[in-house]
Amino acid sequence: MNWVGQSIERVEDAALLTGRGRYIDDLAAPPGCLHAAVLRSPHPHAAIRAIDVSAARAAKGVAAVITADDVTQFGAPLLAGVKANIRCWPIAVERVRYVGEPVAVVIAADRYLAEDALELIAVDYAPLPITLRPADALKPDSAVLHEGLGSNIASDRSFRYGDPAGAFARAAHRVSVKVDYPRNSCTPIETYGLIADYDPGEDAYDMLATFQGPFSIHAVLARALKVPGNRLRLRTPPDSGGSFGVKQGIFPYIALMGIAARVAGRPVKWIEDRLEHLAASVSATNRMITLEAAVEADGRITALAWDQVEDVGAHIRAPEPATLYRMHGNLTGAYDIANVSVRNRVVMTNKTPTGLNRGFGGPQVYYALERMMQRIAVELQLDPLNVIRRNLVPSGVFPFRTATGGLLDSGDYPAAVQQAIDEGGLAELRARQQQARAEGRLYGVGMTAVVEPSVSNMGYITTVLTPAERRKAGPKNGAQATATISLDPGGAVTVHVSSVPQGQGHRTVVAQIVADAFGLRPSDIRVITEMDTARDAWSIASGNYASRFAPAVGGAVQLACERIREKLARAAAAQLNVPADEIEFAASRVRARGNPDNALPFARLAATAHWAPGTLADDDQALRETVFWTPPQLTAPTEEDGINSSLCHGFIFDFCGLEVDRITGAVRIDKYVTMHDCGRVLHPGMVAGQVAGGFAQALGAALYEAYVYADDGSFISGTLADYLMPTSAEVPAPLILHFESPSPFTPLGAKGVGEGNCMSTPVCIANAVADALGVKELDLPLTPAKLAALVHAA
Amino acid sequence: MKPAPFDYVRAESLAEAHDVLAAEGGDAAVIAGGQSLVPLLSMRMARPKVLIDIMHIAELDGIAMDNNTIRVSARVRQAELLAWPDLAVRQPLLAQAMPWIGHWQTRSRGTVCGSIALADPSAELPLCLLALGGEVTLSSKQGRRSVEAGDFFTGLMSTARRDDELIEQVSFPCRRPGEGFAFREFARRHGDFAIVACAAVATEKSVQLAVSGVADRPVVRDFDDASDAALAAFASELDTRDDLHATAEYRRMLVRELGRQTIEEARRCRA
Repeated sequence: MNWVGQSIERVEDAALLTGRGRYIDDLAAPPGCLHAAVLRSPHPHAAIRAIDVSAARAAKGVAAVITADDVTQFGAPLLAGVKANIRCWPIAVERVRYVGEPVAVVIAADRYLAEDALELIAVDYAPLPITLRPADALKPDSAVLHEGLGSNIASDRSFRYGDPAGAFARAAHRVSVKVDYPRNSCTPIETYGLIADYDPGEDAYDMLATFQGPFSIHAVLARALKVPGNRLRLRTPPDSGGSFGVKQGIFPYIALMGIAARVAGRPVKWIEDRLEHLAASVSATNRMITLEAAVEADGRITALAWDQVEDVGAHIRAPEPATLYRMHGNLTGAYDIANVSVRNRVVMTNKTPTGLNRGFGGPQVYYALERMMQRIAVELQLDPLNVIRRNLVPSGVFPFRTATGGLLDSGDYPAAVQQAIDEGGLAELRARQQQARAEGRLYGVGMTAVVEPSVSNMGYITTVLTPAERRKAGPKNGAQATATISLDPGGAVTVHVSSVPQGQGHRTVVAQIVADAFGLRPSDIRVITEMDTARDAWSIASGNYASRFAPAVGGAVQLACERIREKLARAAAAQLNVPADEIEFAASRVRARGNPDNALPFARLAATAHWAPGTLADDDQALRETVFWTPPQLTAPTEEDGINSSLCHGFIFDFCGLEVDRITGAVRIDKYVTMHDCGRVLHPGMVAGQVAGGFAQALGAALYEAYVYADDGSFISGTLADYLMPTSAEVPAPLILHFESPSPFTPLGAKGVGEGNCMSTPVCIANAVADALGVKELDLPLTPAKLAALVHAA
Repeated sequence: MKPAPFDYVRAESLAEAHDVLAAEGGDAAVIAGGQSLVPLLSMRMARPKVLIDIMHIAELDGIAMDNNTIRVSARVRQAELLAWPDLAVRQPLLAQAMPWIGHWQTRSRGTVCGSIALADPSAELPLCLLALGGEVTLSSKQGRRSVEAGDFFTGLMSTARRDDELIEQVSFPCRRPGEGFAFREFARRHGDFAIVACAAVATEKSVQLAVSGVADRPVVRDFDDASDAALAAFASELDTRDDLHATAEYRRMLVRELGRQTIEEARRCRA
């Protein structure tokens, strides 16, 4: 019997459910620790003529006040992923460019005194004209945010795959959609937090932060703090109150507070509050998309033409503009479309800089692509299910190379769709729709098909560079995953992974994998997931993002187990007098296959290298094994700009029925079905948790959530009474179905599953609303007032 | 999100609270359940010099019935009134409306009088007080006075309470024979402040409709003829504005539609 595949109790839960979680704000602050509060810009765009901090410095309890002068003295600008003449600092230098941008930091004995002193800082601002919307940023006369750039367009790249012009010229139909995708965020319950320390004797920083990775940012931070990487120790707390990508965005504060600790000469603690978080942590990108399709009469798509204008806000924060490129290899979604043209522009506006967020580029891309699938059905008077089916990547062609260079690893999309409509009851849902419509109700059915990429290729971001620029910079690719297994003198097994879990239960799944490999129980395995760059094995790809845990980190754990098992098997073979390939690990024992009485306790064998190393060959010393694993399929972009942006591609097919209230415009989800092929399922309960959680956040994006800026650039969704997230009362339980196509590219056959519904669900709901109301253009969030206006205009 | 400095006075008697209020006036703030005041303090939108905690004043406790009136004292938490066994019989409107106030966690701390004192234009309790024609009892060192609900709410989160006064109790008339009540609300999410809430009291002769969420304070209208035209006229006169959650036009539409449903239900409940 295998532990993998079972929904065992999470080892994390006993502590979390009894109030023993160890979150950043619970951890003991070091002796002499001071507290930081940040003065933030009230203006979307203004020159800073002068800052007077003298009164604040003299205030009760204040140790230091940090301004741009300190940051430019001790730090360097933060690097970004594009070659553009922009200098981005973790604090406003000479100019503020968004509401909420840090302007000064007060370091005081406690947070109350620090906030009192903020009020004593006098900043003389000279407001400047603003550029707020991406359409405005494209205009040559828009107010320029970064003068070195000369405009607000940081990148403009065009791509051509196949013969899109020919396909459009020959097409029977052209169907297009325009999307203005809003800003939103997955809003963790725990905000950013860190404890910063600087040791002048070693010129070294020690930063404990709610950072989730990727640790490519470590290199950015070391450079920003002007120290070599070995003098920036970056650690993470044992528990996290959620991240969903968002806590990657803490990194400018790691640089800022590192410098603050250096100036103050004391450790500094900063816990971001909710107002700071909503206004100025990070958000997903808003994007302006025009997507056009060349379509045959039967609904077959022969070409796509993408035009995307990505709004990254006031600064390009690493790894942006990755949101725009993460989907590049799967811009054709779940469909076999040979000809694609793409124009990608990255623009700067007077809004909070963007960063990682669950779904990362998927919500934007699939909103356009799947709205278009629905429009094709409407305009060609076809069944939307048939339009999807007509275009799906067919069965039996995997691994399948997409037009833009993605390599879809495995699946059987038509079969998964068929299973979903059978088990999910699409026919019955359509009957309900007919009945509701006969009663005069506004009932719609929506559907969507999506491939969910996971395990990002660290090289996909370089697709933003031209092939010539890439040649100059050298190749970037791969996705190193890390696992370390140690055996102690009692034969107990400890595992460390650099996966930085944010509540997902990595420790449980790792214990399952290791228990299976060694014939132990999961409770025998101790798993450590705190990260410490000074001590642990890690790479730039370490961290918690791109749904890489199950496929990549879980796989590395499996490989580390196999490496230790081979050594132990050879040691056991000598003692049990059988060939090593006849050794099996089961029931906490190591035994000869077919002769279970010829056995050793696992613990005794595992301790051999401690107690009797002289009995073992050098190659058989099993004390500690670290495995680094990177899949060969993740290659750098080709000369033709083809990029396999992700290793794994899960498949999702969703459909739903919903009703729009004729009076209030409120949406009631009647039924939601979500079919997932995430490869091999390691822990069904956690997979369901990932799907349910992603679905809830996606429902928020669909119906409630938007970071809204007024026309004057002020931020008007600055509290949780303005930025509405669905609660359990608003979220129906989706019907979750599975179709299992193990990935041939990962050691365990697993694929990522955490982000898919953030990609599929917003547009599935929008397609159903469009069906209910008979409307063409529909932008999120689908608020009651917006929908009521459409109902009453009809 | 840390409050500016303030002094804290835990008043042990009404007289002590009155003394501090008399001395500090507008620089003092009364705190009871703190469900609105504490966030306002933390955001430094409220900056009292002195916070007067009235939750230990024995005189301010209890729910009482007299003269066909429910008198709710300042210490009574919303959950306590909602759990009062006679509520549904004595005043069905409150029993219907109060579950819509925030969440059970906030009702466990928030007080009835505190909600009246805050006078949020979207809140349920000010709406009910106005619809029922209740009263607010204010007291200070100068003495005690009662103000009718219609005169108490004077604007956006502003009331007839003077700086040296506190609310001692609010009084809700009990149900009278032949009355019917109804409450309807539309909010973005469960527990949110209302986009529009409606409370109706129907009698043999007429119907009172009170609405909240649409103006700077709750508004009540007595309808002899609750026709669609009369409701449309009422809705169009409301001083409502666009905000993040809804347009003014949308709110007026909800007043017409929810208002009609609420009136119809109140009339049915009379029977």
